[in-house]
Amino acid sequence: MFYRQAGIRHTDYAADRELFPIRADRIMVLALLAFGLAAPWLVSSLALSSYLTPWLVWTAATLGLNLVLGWAGQFHFGYAAIMGIGAYATVHATRHGVPWEIAVVLGGLTATMVGIVFAFAALRVKGLYLALSTLALQFVMDWVISHVPAISGGVGATLQASAMRVLGQPVRSDAGLYYVAFAWCLAVTWLMLNLRRTALGRALVAVREKDFAAAVIGVESFRYKLLAFATSSFIGGVSGAVLIYTFYHAVTAEQFAVNVSIELLAMVIVGGLGSTIGSWLGAGFILLLPGQIERLVGWIAARTGASVGVETLAHIPNAVYGALIIGFLLVEPMGLGKLYANVRNYLLVWPFGYARK
Amino acid sequence: MDVAYYAELSINGALAGLMYSLVAMGLVLIYKSSSVPNLAQGALTMVGAYVVLAFSQGAGAPMWLAIPLAMLAMCGLGVFIERVALRRLAGRPIVMLLMMTLGLDIFLRATTLAIGGATARPLRIGISDDPMFLGPMLINRAYAVGAAVTLVMFVGFVLFFRTRRGAVLRAIADDYMAAWSVGISVEHGVALSWALSALAATTAGVLWGSIQGVDQSLSLLLLKGVTVGVLGGLDSLGGAILAGIGLGVIEAVASGVLDPLVGGGSRELVIALVLILTIMIRPHGLFGRHDIERL
Repeated sequence: MFYRQAGIRHTDYAADRELFPIRADRIMVLALLAFGLAAPWLVSSLALSSYLTPWLVWTAATLGLNLVLGWAGQFHFGYAAIMGIGAYATVHATRHGVPWEIAVVLGGLTATMVGIVFAFAALRVKGLYLALSTLALQFVMDWVISHVPAISGGVGATLQASAMRVLGQPVRSDAGLYYVAFAWCLAVTWLMLNLRRTALGRALVAVREKDFAAAVIGVESFRYKLLAFATSSFIGGVSGAVLIYTFYHAVTAEQFAVNVSIELLAMVIVGGLGSTIGSWLGAGFILLLPGQIERLVGWIAARTGASVGVETLAHIPNAVYGALIIGFLLVEPMGLGKLYANVRNYLLVWPFGYARK
Repeated sequence: MDVAYYAELSINGALAGLMYSLVAMGLVLIYKSSSVPNLAQGALTMVGAYVVLAFSQGAGAPMWLAIPLAMLAMCGLGVFIERVALRRLAGRPIVMLLMMTLGLDIFLRATTLAIGGATARPLRIGISDDPMFLGPMLINRAYAVGAAVTLVMFVGFVLFFRTRRGAVLRAIADDYMAAWSVGISVEHGVALSWALSALAATTAGVLWGSIQGVDQSLSLLLLKGVTVGVLGGLDSLGGAILAGIGLGVIEAVASGVLDPLVGGGSRELVIALVLILTIMIRPHGLFGRHDIERL
């Protein structure tokens, strides 16, 4: 009903290939876009800078990880290290006077170089052993970042990010930072949405499903695995840099430690493997929900007079976060993206449910 | 090169490495029976130590009673986790299994800390602090006790696998489909292996807790356990013991050499490098079966 398909005819190839053939989808996307553009006027400055901006950047990073995990089916347990490399490279480049836009690209390219190291693990083993070796690489990268003074400035040091200037204009306001994050997230989303229409996307899916079957139909799996790791590393590196410049404003090694890698994986899994809208929802869920639950528990405790220790309260977000992962895997392993698809598929033919079979 | 110094490092490293083997044996038991790489083994270790503390300090039980009680409770927890969380994931892609055990790891850790508190607390199990010398070398008494307990436990597991119930477990590990078709209850076998694994985790928790205090850092044993497990072969108990000794020696000597050069903190690096090298050169480990996925 809501997603009316009546009157949609594919009379030429362009129409057939359209990204959103159903009008309701187009309206919703435009509405979201309009909301995104108007958000600085619609939501409070606090919500903008502490919720929306990080959500957008984490979404971009989740999409990047989803490219390698959901599309190419290769494990990457060291994505935070890649983001960290991008962030550090960008911060160092801007400190040496490179304009911000070029520095970000440099950061992305540096991350790509390191990402290719991860890809070599993928060329050798797969499955569990790939997961473990990328996890070990994350530990190695952590150690290298924090122990090489030229990168981090020494163990436990914090590097201040210089003020961001985009096209020569200084960006300082919350709205400005938000727009930078918004633009980057839109760019990545647009890439991911288009992926399924490209040869690259189809090749990645072929490699994911069965690498030697892909080889039989002429898809060189080595090349595409390498490409997937490189592309997602570029996205991760730029996302790390954008995260630093729009949200943290300073960079330390702990911001990209192994638990962040696991958090990103959780975002992908809770959102749904290979799902673009799922990555948006998953990033929001993992990023924002645990904190909100903690506030809720605190509020209930204050209301009912029950005493909840500070320490107990401090660990509730993590418990909720773990429970979210467990719950999603048990109830809907394909994540929030699949839940949305279920609703959409139901409404697609409602009230003629029998038409769906 | 000071031979005595490195010999001391090696011996203490080997003893500590045997205690990593406890964590690795837990991993191996579960991996063998159900092909689940249990990344929550570190969290189980930590929970085990907290449960012992709860029995001994919270309920006031003496230590000889608190440890068996905690083991019993942990076996229950292991079986419960298997039943609730992992049985439903059987046959799913491995990414789901990995994420589930990671989710369990996060959940168990946070819940334990929320209930038990995050400040490190001592766990006394009656190992004296007197120095112990072997010739000119100072041996860490706690490590020596831990290594002895590990070996006893390993012998116990080996003997157990020779019993009827152990033979059932071996059959499941060998080929669970064939085991199923001759009427072996694979579910019970897998549950049993989780219980045994929780037993090993509790032991590891008690031993390491008595050395470094009981707090969140106990769950960091996971990386060491995984490295030992992979190095020895994820389906080989004996491999876990030998790899534990090997990794302990490598870790102690390499960090003894590297720490003065890089200013400390190279233990994790050495372990991660060993893990990477093992996977790159010999993914199935020293004693593992060969049918590891590899390109």
